[in-house]
Amino acid sequence: MALLEIRNLSVSFATSTGRFHAVRGIDMTVNSREVLAVVGESGSGKSVAMLATMGLLPATATVEADMLRFDGRDMLTMSDADRRKLIGRDISMIFQEPIASLNPCFTVGFQLEEVLRVHLGLGSRERRARAIELFDAVGIPDPEARLSSYPHQMSGGQCQRVMIAIAIACQPKLLIADEPTTALDVTIQKQILDLLMKLQEDTGMGLIMITHDMGVVAETADRVVVMYKGRKMEEAGVLEIFEAPKHPYTRALLSALPELATGDRLPTVSDFIDTEALAGGA
Amino acid sequence: MIRFLLGKLAYLIPTFLGITIVAFGFVRLLPGDPVLLMAGERGITPERHAELSAQLGFDRPIWVQYLDFLGNLFQGDFGLSLTTKKPVLTEFLTLFPATVELGLVAVTLATLIGIPLGVFAAIKRGSWFDQISMGTALVGYSMPIFWWGLLLIIFFSGILKWTPVSGRIDLLYFFPNGTGFMLWDSLVSGQKGAFLSAVRHLILPAIVLATIPMAVIARQSRSAMLEVLGEDYVRTARAKGMSPFRVISVHALRNALIPVVTTIGLQVGVVMAGAILTETIFSWPGIGKWMIDSISRRDYPSVQGGLLLMAGVVMLVNLIVDLLYGVINPRIRHS
Amino acid sequence: MTDVTKSAPQGSETKRLLREFWFYFSENRGAVIGLCVFLALVLIAAFAPLLAPHSPTLQNRDALLVPPFWEQGGNPSFLLGTDAVGRDILSRLIFGARQSLFIGCVVVSIALTGGIILGLVAGFFGGWVDAVIMRVMDVILAFPSLLLALVMVAILGPGLTNAMIAIAIVLQPHFARLTRAAVMAEKNREYVMAARVAGAGRLRLMFRTILPNCLAPLIVQGTLSFSNAVLDAAALGFLGMGAQPPTPEWGTMLAEAREFILRAWWVVTFPGLAILITVLAINLVGDGLRDALDPKLKRS
Repeated sequence: MALLEIRNLSVSFATSTGRFHAVRGIDMTVNSREVLAVVGESGSGKSVAMLATMGLLPATATVEADMLRFDGRDMLTMSDADRRKLIGRDISMIFQEPIASLNPCFTVGFQLEEVLRVHLGLGSRERRARAIELFDAVGIPDPEARLSSYPHQMSGGQCQRVMIAIAIACQPKLLIADEPTTALDVTIQKQILDLLMKLQEDTGMGLIMITHDMGVVAETADRVVVMYKGRKMEEAGVLEIFEAPKHPYTRALLSALPELATGDRLPTVSDFIDTEALAGGA
Repeated sequence: MIRFLLGKLAYLIPTFLGITIVAFGFVRLLPGDPVLLMAGERGITPERHAELSAQLGFDRPIWVQYLDFLGNLFQGDFGLSLTTKKPVLTEFLTLFPATVELGLVAVTLATLIGIPLGVFAAIKRGSWFDQISMGTALVGYSMPIFWWGLLLIIFFSGILKWTPVSGRIDLLYFFPNGTGFMLWDSLVSGQKGAFLSAVRHLILPAIVLATIPMAVIARQSRSAMLEVLGEDYVRTARAKGMSPFRVISVHALRNALIPVVTTIGLQVGVVMAGAILTETIFSWPGIGKWMIDSISRRDYPSVQGGLLLMAGVVMLVNLIVDLLYGVINPRIRHS
Repeated sequence: MTDVTKSAPQGSETKRLLREFWFYFSENRGAVIGLCVFLALVLIAAFAPLLAPHSPTLQNRDALLVPPFWEQGGNPSFLLGTDAVGRDILSRLIFGARQSLFIGCVVVSIALTGGIILGLVAGFFGGWVDAVIMRVMDVILAFPSLLLALVMVAILGPGLTNAMIAIAIVLQPHFARLTRAAVMAEKNREYVMAARVAGAGRLRLMFRTILPNCLAPLIVQGTLSFSNAVLDAAALGFLGMGAQPPTPEWGTMLAEAREFILRAWWVVTFPGLAILITVLAINLVGDGLRDALDPKLKRS
C-alpha cells in the first residue's frame, strides 16, 4: 500500500531577483517497509521536496501539487494544527548537521521527552523510562546519564543518534533522512546507516533516504529516484539503476563515483554530459 | 565555570587599576595648584600651603601618593567633600539609592517593552508592525533625551498637570529614610497617597531614562530572533510537530535571549550617562545630579570619588551580567 | 565553471563594487530618505548666510519670545518665533546646522584616525604593545561616556573645541577595537602572507594591504559615531560644558531655553527637533550602510 503519494509537486521561492523554481513537477511514491533513495547533487531540489511535504518551508515558498497524500490522508487541504499532529509522530525527519539540529540551550533528554509529552501525553516517569529505552535502542551508552547532557557535550555521531531517537520516539510510519551521514566521519557514517537500516527492518516503517552518495544508495535502497535541477530524471529499482541506468544523467552520476576514478583527478558529472542542455529550458 | 569567572576577574583587575589611575590623574591634570583645588582654599600663606600639602600628601613622590590613594580607597576613604565637609563615600551612598531606583525602573521598563517589541517584529518580519516598531525604535535610539524630558514636562506637567516637575515625592509626606528606595519606603510608611506620589514623581524620569535602552534592546532582540529563527534546531522543533507558540517561546526565545542579556548589561553604562542628564532635568537627587553639581562647584574630591565609584558600579554590573551569561548559556557553563 | 573569469582591471572592479553597494543601499527606503535629509542639512549648513532671514546673534529688543507665525501674536518675519533676548530661532537653527555637522566631522576624523592607528599597531605588533593599548581602551570604555567627556571638559575648560576633543577620545576605543579585530583576522590570510613574502614593508602592509580590507565595519562605526558625537556635543552644550553662548549650537540653545519651557514651548521644541532629525537621518544612513556592507545579511 502506498504510504506517501506525491503527484506533480512544485516549489518556488520569492527572491529579490524574481521567482526561483526549486522543484518542478515531481511524482514520488513510498510504500510501507520500503527504502526509497532520492539522489541528486546539492541544489537539485531533493531536500526542498521533502521539506515541502513536511510543511517546513518558510513563508517565502509556494508549494503546489496535484496530490499529496500520506497514509490515505490529504496533506494539501489539512489544517496546520492537524499536520502538526502528524509530523514528529507519524512522519519524522532527521537532518544533515546533527549538532546544529539540536537546541544548544536544552538537554538532549528534554528535547526527546518533549515529543513524548506533546504527541503521546506520557507522564514524567513514563517519559523517562521510554527515553532511556530509546537511547538504548539507538545505541547510546549509559543512556540514563546521557539524557542530561547538552548537545555540545556530545559528538556528531552521538547527536545523530539522539536525533534518530527523537524521530522514532512515536513509532512513525515514515522516516525521512536528509543526508544523515554527510557531516559525519567515515567510520561513524557506516554505524549510523546500519542503525537506520536495522530500525527500518525492525519496525517496518517506510524510509526516504536523501543523499548524493551512490555508495549509500547501493547499501540501503530498494528503489531510487534521481533528481536534477528540480526535476525527476529517472526512477527505478536499485539493481536496475546500477546495472542499466536509462537516463544519461544517471549514467553520468554513476561515472562520477570516486571508486571509479581513473587518472589523476576526480571525475565530475559535467565531464560526461552537457548539464546545461539537460536542465531543459530552465 | 570557575575558570570562566577567574578569567573575567583577571581581565577586570588591570581595568580597575586603570580606572584608579584616571581618577588619581584627574586632579593632577586640572589647571591650577592641586593642593588649593583639593583643599578648596585660595589666597593662603605659604605656611598654610605647606601644611595642607603635607596633610593631603602632595609633598611626597607621585608613586607614593598613588599607593596612598589606592590604600585609602581600599579602606573606603575617598576624601572629604569640599561643600559639605562630609566623606565623599557617605555622600555617594546617601544619593546612590535614588539613582539605583530610577535606573532599575528604567531598565525594567526598557526590557519589558523592548524584548516583546523586538521578538514580535522579528516574527512578523516586513509587516506594518515590524516597520512601525523598528521605526519607533530608531527614533528612540536617536533621541536627545534631555530634550525628550523637557517635552514630556511641557506636556504632562505643563498642559495636563498630571505629574510634578521635580523631586522624588511631595513635601507633605515625611517618613524616615529606610532603604532609600522611595517606592518601597512610601509603601511601608502606610501614609495615604505617599506611594502614588512617589510613582508620579518617578514615572517621567524613568520613561526618559528608559528610551534609549528600550530602543537598543528592541533592535537587538529583533536581530537576535531573526538569526535564531533561521537555525537548524528551530527547523527540528517544527519537524517534531511543536506548535508555533512553543517553537518561538521555548526553542527560539531561549537562544535569542543570550545576546540580549549582554545588551541589557551594556545599558547600565548608558543609563549612568543618561542619569546625569535625566536627574539634572527633573532635579532628581541622585548621583548624576550630584556629579554635575560637584563639577560646577569645583568640588574636586567629590568629582574624583564619583568618577571612581560610578565606573566601579558599571564594572561590577557588567561582571554580574557576564556571570549571568554563563548561567543562561550552557556552552559556557560547561567549558 | 572553468577558469574563464579573468581578473578584471582595478578600475572597473571598484565601479562594480560601488554599483553593487548602491543596489543594496537603495533597496532600503529609510536609508535613502536619511541620505536625502542629510544632504539637505549639508546644503543648509553650506548656504546658511544666504538662507537665514536674520543674523543668528542679533537681539531684537522689541521682539522678545515672539511665538511662531501661525500662533496668535506671531510675526511672519520670525517664522519660528524668537527667544528670550529676541533672536530669530529659525536663523539660529540654520547656523546651528553648521556647528553640528562641523562637530560630527571633526570628532569622527580624530576618533577614526586615532583609533585606526592604535588598532593597527595593537593588532600588528601583538604582545605587550597590544595588551597595553587594549587595556587603556578598556579603561576608557569602563566609564559612562558622557561622564568621562564631562570630566575631561572640566580639566580642559568648557568650550566647543575641548568638548570635541573629549568626545573624540571617548568614541575612539570603538575604532581601535574594530581595527584590531580586523587586523587579527586578516593578518594570517593568504594575501597578507603573499605580500609579506613579496617583501612589503610593515607600514605598507598595514596601510595598503590590510586596512582596505577592514573598511566596511569602520565606515558603519564611523556613521554611528557621527550621530553619537552630535548627540553628546548637544548634551554637553545643554549642561553648559560645550559651546558657550551666544554660539547658535542646538544643545546650548536648549540650555538657555530651559527656564521658559512652561511659558514659550517653541524655544524648547525646535532646537531639540533639529537634533533629533539630524541624528535620525545619520542613523538611517548608518543602518543602510550596515545592511549594504555586511555580506552576512546579503540575500542571494
